Amino acid sequence: MAPSVLSKVLAPSQPFPLWCQDPSWHPSPVLCPTDGLGASLVHSLYLLSSGVKDGSWTVLQLVEALGSCLESTDPRTRGRGIQLLSQVLLQCYSLLQEKEVLHLVLFYENRLQDHHLVIPSVLQGLRALSMCEVLSSGLSVSVLKAIFQEVHVQSLLQLDRHTVYSIITNFMSTREEELKGLGADFTFGFIQVMDGEKDPRNLLVAFQIVRDLIAKNYALGPFVEELFEVTSCYFPIDFTPPPNDPHGIQREDLILSLRAVLTSTPQFAEFLLPLLIEKMDSDLQSAKLDSLQTLTACCAIYGQKELQEFLPSLWSSLRREVFQTASEKVEAECLAALHALSACLSRSVLSSDTEDLLDSFLSSILQDCRHHLCEPDMKLVWPSAKLLQAVAGASLRAYHHVTRSVLPLLLEQYSKHSQSSQRRTILEMLLGFLELQQKWGHVEEDESTLLSLRAPVCSVVFSALTDPSVQLQLVGIRALTVLGSLQGFLSPSDLELVVDHLIHLALREEDSQSSEAAMEAAGSLAPVYPKVFSGRMVPRLEEELQSEREQESSRDHCSLRQRCLQALAAVSTHTSIVRETVPVLLQHLWKVHKGSEAGNAQDIVSVCQSLHRVALQCQQDAEGCWYYHQTVVPCLLAMAVQAAMQESTHSLLGKALLEEEVLAAMVPVISAATTHLSPELAAQSVSHVVPLFLDGEVSFLPQNSFPCSFQPFEDGECLEAQRRLVALLMALVCSLPRNVAIPQQERLLRELLALSCSCDCPFTATTAAKCFAGLVNKHPAGQQLDEILQLAVNRMEPSLAEGPRRTQALTLLLWVTKALVLRYHPLSSHLTDKLLGLLGDAELGPAVADGFSLLMAKSPDVLHKGCHADVRIMFRQRFFTDNVPKLVQGFYKADPDVKANYLKGLSHVLNHLPKPVLVTELPTLLSLLLEALSCSDHVVQLSTLSCLQPLLLEAPQIMSLHIDTLVTKFLSLTSSPTMAVRIAALRCAHALTSLPTTVLLPYKARVIRALAKPLDDKKRLVRKEAVAARGEWFLLGSPGR
Amino acid sequence: MVGPGPGPGGGAPLENANPLIYRRSGERPVTAREEDDELPDTIDDREIFDLIRSINDPEHPLTLEELNVVEQVRVKVNDAESTVAVEFTPTIPHCSMATLIGLSIKVKLLRSLPERFKLDVHITPGTHASEHAVNKQLADKERVAAALENSHLLEVVNQCLSARS
Repeated sequence: MAPSVLSKVLAPSQPFPLWCQDPSWHPSPVLCPTDGLGASLVHSLYLLSSGVKDGSWTVLQLVEALGSCLESTDPRTRGRGIQLLSQVLLQCYSLLQEKEVLHLVLFYENRLQDHHLVIPSVLQGLRALSMCEVLSSGLSVSVLKAIFQEVHVQSLLQLDRHTVYSIITNFMSTREEELKGLGADFTFGFIQVMDGEKDPRNLLVAFQIVRDLIAKNYALGPFVEELFEVTSCYFPIDFTPPPNDPHGIQREDLILSLRAVLTSTPQFAEFLLPLLIEKMDSDLQSAKLDSLQTLTACCAIYGQKELQEFLPSLWSSLRREVFQTASEKVEAECLAALHALSACLSRSVLSSDTEDLLDSFLSSILQDCRHHLCEPDMKLVWPSAKLLQAVAGASLRAYHHVTRSVLPLLLEQYSKHSQSSQRRTILEMLLGFLELQQKWGHVEEDESTLLSLRAPVCSVVFSALTDPSVQLQLVGIRALTVLGSLQGFLSPSDLELVVDHLIHLALREEDSQSSEAAMEAAGSLAPVYPKVFSGRMVPRLEEELQSEREQESSRDHCSLRQRCLQALAAVSTHTSIVRETVPVLLQHLWKVHKGSEAGNAQDIVSVCQSLHRVALQCQQDAEGCWYYHQTVVPCLLAMAVQAAMQESTHSLLGKALLEEEVLAAMVPVISAATTHLSPELAAQSVSHVVPLFLDGEVSFLPQNSFPCSFQPFEDGECLEAQRRLVALLMALVCSLPRNVAIPQQERLLRELLALSCSCDCPFTATTAAKCFAGLVNKHPAGQQLDEILQLAVNRMEPSLAEGPRRTQALTLLLWVTKALVLRYHPLSSHLTDKLLGLLGDAELGPAVADGFSLLMAKSPDVLHKGCHADVRIMFRQRFFTDNVPKLVQGFYKADPDVKANYLKGLSHVLNHLPKPVLVTELPTLLSLLLEALSCSDHVVQLSTLSCLQPLLLEAPQIMSLHIDTLVTKFLSLTSSPTMAVRIAALRCAHALTSLPTTVLLPYKARVIRALAKPLDDKKRLVRKEAVAARGEWFLLGSPGR
Repeated sequence: MVGPGPGPGGGAPLENANPLIYRRSGERPVTAREEDDELPDTIDDREIFDLIRSINDPEHPLTLEELNVVEQVRVKVNDAESTVAVEFTPTIPHCSMATLIGLSIKVKLLRSLPERFKLDVHITPGTHASEHAVNKQLADKERVAAALENSHLLEVVNQCLSARS
């Protein structure tokens, strides 16, 4: 077989075949079979190599068969022979015998002196041999020597150069010891190989080889500088990948690869540091950034010795950049580099006779920066402070050195300057240094400057707290928080003062920002000093809450009470404090509830808001959470039940506790108290609450002697008040973890269903529907669920068709649909179709259209992740794909007077869709959206505009096609009677400027003229948008944009 | 040692390298009245000040507000009579950028205010060496128009008016 195959391949009349069989390298089409003949050659090669592989003949036989060809005087024929041999070897190198390899290596080394046409194939053969495991020792060295000596690598083609790098890489990974035997000659040989390399693909490999040379301790000998030169000449990398580059090499790849080389050894320091100093001064921002990042990286391995000589120039370059730059990025990189330098110097181990460079380095920085700190109004004050903070943050030693000099200075400056704005700047700088101290944890007794300055620091911070300037107060509060978090810094008497200040600010400070900040500070310090806060702050707040001050006007009193409630909630960040504050809040709730004032609904709501905040704060702590649940939930239920009873006996109207607003405020309290309970405790709680509602089982409530029975699901005129409490039931049962079984669930579901369909009060009906939906969403799939859903559908359908309770039926339909859409239940598509059908209904259509927003939006109280509902992450996309085509179809078929309903439904769906999804779906919908702009309904206009605005920014190419329509519609909507539409239209007109300038220029004059009118709009917010949009249009196509 | 590098204003060293800087006033809080669709809001001093306070200084990476070149107290507007008067204060009396700053303010107002307004932009009396000459140039409509025909000047003005990236 063999001779015939060979003669076919090697017949001189055939064109020179070129192909590449190595799947790892397929760079250019020239190397692939280009015609039918190529394919047959590949086939022949396959036959030959499989012959070698299955042992039917040996490589020796192959060489013999190729003999005449390999010895031919025509270099092309020789080339073809060697090429074939090399290709076979590339496939069979693992099967070769040691002796065969020896002969082949000698043959190939010899061929390196051959004609240049032959060299590429020779290198391929050597690459195959370099992968042989049986290569005898010494051969790798001789191959490399031969290559270094005979081949001028940089005059080869890119692919062949790559082959050389591969041979070197192969040997380095398997023959490390032998190569090291070559000593520095190997390094020198490689330097010559890569000198002048231009191709990014090869550079990545070459850089990796240099990294290995250094990392694996090859001898560099006298060639350190040469090795540095041959790599550093690429710094900073200037490379832009060509468009449609198939290799996917990015600028960043080369930058990181080269940086790894340059920062791989301290031996390069004396060459690298001057280079970096020079490039930091470059006009190119990218070069600056690369230099700074490289400096930061090399500090990780350098020591004092490497840096010593260059510290003054490095510092002056960094200082210059920070003082002069306009770019935050450059500033940030400079500060990072300075930080790294300081860390490097702090880390160095000193021998006894060297001076500590850190000290002199820090001293020179202090000398250059200190005086700027004394000029709090000048431009350089902040850059100086940042430089000092960057060095101080690097080590505890550096921190002490810097603060020893800076803290006393800042304290002195604070007292020298009396203006609030100057004091604020100084205190902000001080705060920066205090925050650094936090990094080192506790304050050390012996060395700390801060500790020795405790009294003046505290007095400065306290004086800021009492300053009339709110801005200064805010910084003071932040500083206080930091001081408090330093373990052992504040003395007990300071601490009491801190608490007093916080109470004063929280309650008395007129500015709400300061008051809120003080409450936040109390909240973050309370877990550190729970005793102080529960012993000092909580009683004071309680006292203020209860006191009835006659002399103050009722409005002041009211706001003081509000503040007390907020502060009580804010400070409840520790379990022991929660146990103090919750009873205070509940007691206050009882008091307000008993109070006869008519307008106390707002007061109850405030208490509920505070209770809610406390609930959120103790969710993570299992014990606190259970305490809270046990204390608060029965109490709220008892109060509500009692109120509902009184109402049914005395029919007293206007009980604040039963107002919708108040019940709605209690819902999140109960919900937050329930979501994080463990399943056992949650089950315990629900086993009391469900019988309360179903059977009037009131025994677990505190103060449970009621005048009549509690039966919210019974029929009866006078029970309306009791039914409203379904909201509280919903808050509890819909927030339970999914694995908690609800007692009598089927009965409960039936009652809720009946209530939602039959009740005339919209609040109660809606709440019952939500509760039903919340339970259905978590109900395990199966026959029971199917039955209850069927029951619901049977009740809804006739009511939806006609009758007095169509609205209630629609509400139930919407909520049940939402519950099922969220969990991908099969029935959801049936229900959604029902809704789509109702869009055309003259009476219900608009309500259905609005209902689409309910379906897509996150509901605040039920059916969201937080209350353990079954929510699939992609439900919006799925709803979109399933239903938008139907909506669009419905729109085209609908009567003109109901078309708006479809558009409105569509805009709600689009509004809630993630923007990336929207952009991909845009082409199909754009024409409809453009039509929607002409719709007269301002809700549709508004949501369409808010859909289009991000699309203008993200998909300018597609939008450009419709520029004419867009300009016309946007401009006409800028005179809409609705302010929100005018604003949105102007924002869209502004966003238009991100389309390609050439598309826009024909419209520039027209748009600028048209936007002159909204400049004189009667509303300021509209004028603001008009100014922004018009200004941007003026800049279009103008120099200096 | 390395000398001062090229500043943002070109190769020359800055005229005033470490100027006094002032705090920016925050965004104007939106009031309930402003959100009411029905009630008209008049154009007031603060609104005009908001238009010009974020103009970039031609030399520093700072705004005119931060350099205290413009202040709200030096802005006077009368919506009913459609007049606006703005005084600006160069950072140093020999500031060579005064005309350019005045031009930027003027152009910003021309682009942002309804046409009915009559604009008057001038230097705060007694704060610049060639105050009179600069004021005269800024008041001359034709010279302002001619300046904006000059593409180099227009480029610098546009840079001052571009939103900072």
